[in-house]
Amino acid sequence: MSDEALDPAGSGGRADSAGRAGATSRTTTRPVVARDDVVLEAVGLTKHFPLRGLRASGAVHAVDGIDLALRSGQVIALVGESGSGKSTVARLLARLYPQTAGTIRLHGEEVTARRGRAFRRYARRVQMIFQDPFASLNPVHTVRYTLTRAVKIHQKGLSGDELEKALRALLERVQLSPDRFIDKFPHELSGGQRQRVAIARALAADPEVLLADEPISMLDVSIRIGILNLLQDLRDRLGIAILYITHDIASARYFADRTYVMYAGKPVETGDSESVTQTPAHPYTQLLVRSAPDPEDLVSEERSGGRGEPPNMVNPPEGCRFSPRCPFATDLCRTTTPPLLQIGAGREVACWGYASRVGGGTDAIPASAQLPQLGAAAAPVTAAATTTPEVTR
Amino acid sequence: MKFLLRRLGFYVLTAWAAVTLNFFIPRVMKGDPVQSLINRFQGQIDQDAVHSLYVLFGLDKKQSLWQQYVDYWKEILHGNLGISFAFFPTPVSQVIKDSLPWTVALVGMATIIAVVLGTLIGTYLGWRRGTWADSILPVMTFFSSVPYFWLGLLFIALLAVTFPVFPASNAYTPGMTPSFSFAFLQSVVQHGFLPALTIVLSSVAGWILGMRNMMVTVGSEDYVTVAQAKGLPERRVMYGYAARNAVLPQVSSFALSLGFVVSGSLVMELVFSYPGIGAQLFAAIGAKDYPLMQGIFLVITVAVLLANILADVVYVFLDPRTRQEG
Amino acid sequence: MSNLPIDPAAAVPVDTESIVESAVEGPSTDPAHRKKKKFVFVRNAKSITGLVILAVFVVLAIVGPWIAPHNPNDVSLDLLAPPSGSHWLGTDHLGRDVFSQLLVGTRSVMIVGLVTGVGATLLAVLIGVSAGFLGGIPDEVLSALANIFLVLPALPLIIIIASQMDNAGSMVIALVLAATGWAWGARVLRAQTLSLRGRDFIEAARATGESTGRIVWFETLPNLTAIIASSFVSTVTFAVLSQTTLAFIGVTSISDWSWGTVLYWAQANQALSRGAWWWFVPAGLLVAVLGMALTLINFGIDEFVNPRLRLAGMSAREMRRSGIRPRIGFTARVRNLPRTYAHPTPVVSAGVRSSGEPVATTSDEPKETVR
Repeated sequence: MSDEALDPAGSGGRADSAGRAGATSRTTTRPVVARDDVVLEAVGLTKHFPLRGLRASGAVHAVDGIDLALRSGQVIALVGESGSGKSTVARLLARLYPQTAGTIRLHGEEVTARRGRAFRRYARRVQMIFQDPFASLNPVHTVRYTLTRAVKIHQKGLSGDELEKALRALLERVQLSPDRFIDKFPHELSGGQRQRVAIARALAADPEVLLADEPISMLDVSIRIGILNLLQDLRDRLGIAILYITHDIASARYFADRTYVMYAGKPVETGDSESVTQTPAHPYTQLLVRSAPDPEDLVSEERSGGRGEPPNMVNPPEGCRFSPRCPFATDLCRTTTPPLLQIGAGREVACWGYASRVGGGTDAIPASAQLPQLGAAAAPVTAAATTTPEVTR
Repeated sequence: MKFLLRRLGFYVLTAWAAVTLNFFIPRVMKGDPVQSLINRFQGQIDQDAVHSLYVLFGLDKKQSLWQQYVDYWKEILHGNLGISFAFFPTPVSQVIKDSLPWTVALVGMATIIAVVLGTLIGTYLGWRRGTWADSILPVMTFFSSVPYFWLGLLFIALLAVTFPVFPASNAYTPGMTPSFSFAFLQSVVQHGFLPALTIVLSSVAGWILGMRNMMVTVGSEDYVTVAQAKGLPERRVMYGYAARNAVLPQVSSFALSLGFVVSGSLVMELVFSYPGIGAQLFAAIGAKDYPLMQGIFLVITVAVLLANILADVVYVFLDPRTRQEG
Repeated sequence: MSNLPIDPAAAVPVDTESIVESAVEGPSTDPAHRKKKKFVFVRNAKSITGLVILAVFVVLAIVGPWIAPHNPNDVSLDLLAPPSGSHWLGTDHLGRDVFSQLLVGTRSVMIVGLVTGVGATLLAVLIGVSAGFLGGIPDEVLSALANIFLVLPALPLIIIIASQMDNAGSMVIALVLAATGWAWGARVLRAQTLSLRGRDFIEAARATGESTGRIVWFETLPNLTAIIASSFVSTVTFAVLSQTTLAFIGVTSISDWSWGTVLYWAQANQALSRGAWWWFVPAGLLVAVLGMALTLINFGIDEFVNPRLRLAGMSAREMRRSGIRPRIGFTARVRNLPRTYAHPTPVVSAGVRSSGEPVATTSDEPKETVR
């Protein structure tokens, strides 16, 4: 299973029962995907959850307009705190519930399926790994059953020896010895092993995209690296596009090629991981980066920058949602939501503090509005707006 | 608010279904008792009564079923439940008014005692599990499985016949007129003791077990551990933290069982010859007294519905989590 | 504060990158032991006792009429005779052998219990799981249906129905009981299904592409087996008690021997006042023993479902052996117990709750006690 992900055209049209040519048991054509081609993208994705109950009206604005592009062989990290909407984005991309607004495109074609055969076709390409390894495996089924179901759904017609071989191949790919683990129940496995089984289940579909919703948050620290390395390996060998959701920006730097930072349902900064983590542009990203304990700098005034709490998602504040907590906020920030401004190649930030340095950034605001002065905290702005847009609009 | 409104809608629907079922019961039953009754009392039933009877039991074939149904509702909403056959010419509502209080008082009181006692004992047992307290459980399950009437009859045999400590039947000494005099009340309590004792004994085990299980579950929650770690006195933790949370489902169950108070007392009243609504219902069935049967059935259903509503409301107030959920 | 419960799994080696192979120990990993773990509730002393007693009753139900020393309808000259060699439990007012009556009566009691149990449980599963899974309008309709049945007073209804029929035999009684007794189980199952539906592994199954049918049957239902089993047991208890009561007040057919029928005859002939305790007492005792056996089985299931209760069910000696020292008020948590149900909490009766919905424990069910 080395480069089939990049050359699926070899399997030709529908290969139903006849498609048993070894590993290329896919049953639908997949477009030829070169590295860095956009595989899955979301445009203006929005999700509001209506409130029910004693407080009858209103909705939780979980996600408010995010654009995302997942490319083959790339890892995109989605960083944010609890309630930022990142898990919702993953579930929307996995089509577990419908979006309120916005489109999702797979290989350029809009995706609307939520059930039935159309959804299964989608699931074959886009798979998800959940956060809690203890909860994402059905406690009454063995590893064998769980993987068999996944294999049977996506690789039709396998049985007997071939099925067994496929199961073993899956387990080996996630570095679990098949003999020891194939007949175990989830409660007999450690957290790291369960997560590997969950990854194996996702791989059974031979997906092009893996949505990893905080895959290591609930694991012991010493095993986290192992899982991350496994995911990296999958990216390198199989060219899978990975959406890596986390609250830990440090692991984003280690693992991801690009990083999107979300706050209160909106993206606030995007860019390649190195720049975002080393020279964060948005005040919130700066707060995140600063908050990581630095053993070499235990006493620092910078660390006391964070005040306040995440906003109420039922009635989000007008203007920039971070303004209540932002040390640089001005009246403009509190009244008008900043758009994503391009401050470099593939680098965007939603902060008025950069409006003056970006061409056309101040067009939408009154001339008398006072921009926040980020001063030394501002990230460098390079030649802007000349790079290819992030998302095909 | 939407939540409560939806529940209210449920109940309205259920009430409607119950009344409709009530409407159909005599119509599907065999025989034509109204006609024979009218024949028996030829000339002594006034026209209004006859009309009521016709309407209540749809024996007026000239009218369509739908019209009968509507008329039935009209009668019900006016509180006119018809005239009892067996107690002719006493209206059904009168019969019910005479017997319902006895049932509610006795069984209600006994249920409250059982719940309170059971919850307290269950709290204690749940808190001190792993000790001798656990060996009581098998004994309690035995008592909870005993058929109620069997226990009642045994008690009568032991405590009313063999050792005449308590009277064997009736709600008060026959011949006394009901009043609030001390003598009367004393007689009532005396007569009510055995039935109440039987009810409490046979039902307390259920409450004990329920509370115990909940206490065990809640006792392992972290907030109880924290409370103890803070150094709070044990009694305070047990009641204020553990029991306070463990009691929530008990409250719901209790409110629900209030509804069953009225419907489940039938056999008890038979055994103890207690003049409650259950005994009346049984006699009515035997005597084919359809108006009384229908009326009691309706009253029982309404009582259970009200108890359900009460359970819902109480739970919403007790459990803050429900106020936010749908 | 030194007596914190000892965690038996404290000695587990930390799972690091280099020893990915090692599973967390606690229970051993060989297949035989694992199989036993699946049925751990059966190993509980309480449920074993319950099952044994139940098995005895089932056997008696099957062979009763053949091994009875006398025909229960045979009159004799020994009227109201106390227990003796030829009549182990004495005779009734017509000289019929009480022991044989009870033995033969076991069959109809067990039949009614079993048929009602199966019927009501099937209905409860069908309606409860569908309501929980489908949600929306079907859920509202089915819940309304269950509520209606819950509110209707069962006993009066059954009496009315049974008195309409000329000869209310066991099967009829069983069907009527099943038709009126399914609602509580349906409500419990619906609550459980709602809670399971939000669990990650169900979402994961959907994300894998499983069809809804398979999710209901193969992913959700296996997690409900314990609840279904305990609902079944409770329904059987309810049926046995109800049938006894119905027979006692004379609603069921008199020619069908059952324990309640014996009591009917006893009461009609003033057995207790005449001092004929052997006629009256054993029948009630039988019901109590059967009820107790069923309740014990339910305890076993409860403790299997709710690992915290399992500790509560252990005797003091067992706990000492496992090295657990329970502090008053603490319930020590034993790690590595099967986490079939991660959040066990009690039944919530009246309303609909969303996820975080409690798990039912059987003893909370306030069945309509037939008094």
